[in-house]
Amino acid sequence: MAEHSHETMVDRAIDRSHMQVSDEIAIQITNMNKWYGSFHVLRDIDLTVNRGERIVICGPSGSGKSTLIRCINRLEEHQQGQIVVDGTELTSDLKNVDKVRSEVGMVFQHFNLFPHLTVLENCTLAPIWVRKEPKKEADQVAMEYLEKVKIPEQALKYPGQLSGGQQQRVAIARSLCMKPRIMLFDEPTSALDPEMIKEVLDTMISLAEEGMTMLVVTHEMGFARQVANRVIFMDQGQIVEQNEPEGFFNNPKSDRTQLFLSQILGH
Amino acid sequence: MTDTSFVRHDMLAEQAPPATSVGLLGWLRKNLFSGWVNTVLTVISLGLIAFVLAGLLPWVFQSVWVADSLSECREVMAATWGETHGHACWAVIRERWPQLMFGFYPSEMYWRPILAFVLLLTAVAPVLFPGAPRQLLYISAAYPFLMPWLLWGGTIWGPVLVAAGLAIGFFTHKYLEPLAGGLAALVAAVVAAVIWWLFLMGPISGVLDSVLPIGIESVVSRNFGGFMLSIMIGVVAIGVSLPIGIILALGRQSDLLIVKALCIGFIEFIRGVPLITLLFVASTLLNIFMPPGTNFDIILRVIIMVTLFASAYMAEVIRGGLAALPRGQYEGADSLGLDYWQAQRLIIMPQALKISIPGIVSTFIGVFKDTTLVSIIGLLDPLGLAQGIRANAEWNGVYWELFAFIAFLFFIFCFSMSRYSMYLERRLRTDHK
Repeated sequence: MAEHSHETMVDRAIDRSHMQVSDEIAIQITNMNKWYGSFHVLRDIDLTVNRGERIVICGPSGSGKSTLIRCINRLEEHQQGQIVVDGTELTSDLKNVDKVRSEVGMVFQHFNLFPHLTVLENCTLAPIWVRKEPKKEADQVAMEYLEKVKIPEQALKYPGQLSGGQQQRVAIARSLCMKPRIMLFDEPTSALDPEMIKEVLDTMISLAEEGMTMLVVTHEMGFARQVANRVIFMDQGQIVEQNEPEGFFNNPKSDRTQLFLSQILGH
Repeated sequence: MTDTSFVRHDMLAEQAPPATSVGLLGWLRKNLFSGWVNTVLTVISLGLIAFVLAGLLPWVFQSVWVADSLSECREVMAATWGETHGHACWAVIRERWPQLMFGFYPSEMYWRPILAFVLLLTAVAPVLFPGAPRQLLYISAAYPFLMPWLLWGGTIWGPVLVAAGLAIGFFTHKYLEPLAGGLAALVAAVVAAVIWWLFLMGPISGVLDSVLPIGIESVVSRNFGGFMLSIMIGVVAIGVSLPIGIILALGRQSDLLIVKALCIGFIEFIRGVPLITLLFVASTLLNIFMPPGTNFDIILRVIIMVTLFASAYMAEVIRGGLAALPRGQYEGADSLGLDYWQAQRLIIMPQALKISIPGIVSTFIGVFKDTTLVSIIGLLDPLGLAQGIRANAEWNGVYWELFAFIAFLFFIFCFSMSRYSMYLERRLRTDHK
């Protein structure tokens, strides 16, 4: 994963007028611990995310960063501590879990599109079945978002017919169709060819420009520098350092962070 | 001195390929005569095929269609082709045709199994082919209740009240769910339906019948036979084993320990026992466990056994399909807020079943052929009838014709299923790789 030493920079000016962080709390994680069997994978995580924040989480592989954001929509179960998303605490109560999941969008490294459904059906499935929207309305909304990610012409194709970058943009549109208030990105560009990374990052930036609350696990440090308002560095299941991107990249405090940055930024 | 620099000025025109590499000649050369070994093998194989056909074709086509007994058949053969035995006596099929089709079903009521078969085709059409009119689905929904009524006869209130039991279960679930939650409502619905079927349906049906006697004449199970019986057992076992198999496969993967243990126990037990044993249990042992006086129809018992047997195999085939799905599909469904059953129905099962199509259809074909085993416990399926027909003085000694005919009909059904599965795989292919 550290082979991503290049930095994909976005060459347009970023519109920051809507990127405001409010005082309202979107996600509150307190003293959270998680084990895989006897392996202590997340240790004493405390994290508060305000609405409108754009947080990039980075760290070496195995540091628990993916596990952390997967806990936020309970794809992974935590054993200790508290996770409150939009005022709903994640417990073993399935109703709460489904409620949180329908409010929190997630984009995966390997897209996880449904190959037996068309692009449009991928996007309308959850609105129709979870939100009980009429099909016509769901189709309309889906087309709007497909336009937004710039692939409306692919709506009737199957995911298998699209390139990786296009598939990832469909995955983003699919999440957006549920009108989530928070978006989680789990290494969204790690499975893509270099020339496709930019189109996905562009989509993510325009999402950030609209004020979406975003948690992004990524090695794209260019994206972190330009878009994030906070960068979190994790190692061995702990949050080692967090700071504004400026301070994080130019003046890392911990030795681990310095080592990590020197490795992935090369030079 | 060599000149390595080269520039082409005239582009070459496209030329036709050599005649020996395209068309019929090319195909023959590539597939049959590509070298001297293959040429020799081709010639030997053609010789072998010709030899077999030379014996088989006259047997099939230079045959006797009209005769009342095997000896009469032989006389006609001797008169027409001389003293050889290389001719089929299809007259036995012609004479025993109704029996091979319907067993001892009363002949004045043959319209009923025929109608049931026609309705079967109409009922499966919209399920199998997306091009079929959707309105036919009403027939598909009514068919499970219509078929037993057409075949066994009796009062119309029986199937109507069985269907009413489903409606009772449905409405119990619908109205209880907001009050008591999903699981409690489901349990209550099942209990309500079962109470209805076991205790209330019988008396109510009697009352309704005495008030409004609508019905057709009853036919008892021992008169059932022939291909009607095979198709009936096969169709029910095939139709019911798929949903049960899905439930068992899901149960086997469940996090609920007891559900999981029950499913594994059932699957492994049924797979560990030969079908014949289960059929003997159905025909003899089962009555011992029933309260005295209960008349539990033998065909129904056999159908249940064959269905359970098929379900266990189906469950394992579908489990294979489930195992082939990447974890990401579950996570994708979860992350969108779909609940377990929605995820299974919309995301997981459509893909798992698609992957399992070849295995599922193989199981179907196997089940359909296994229906011939019921002849061992005395049901008169075509094989059972063949034995009976041979025991008859007129047809004593007829072997090949009966078995060839039965094999031919089974082949038609099984081959159709196999072709359908290939069509389905092509139609559902969306990966375009």
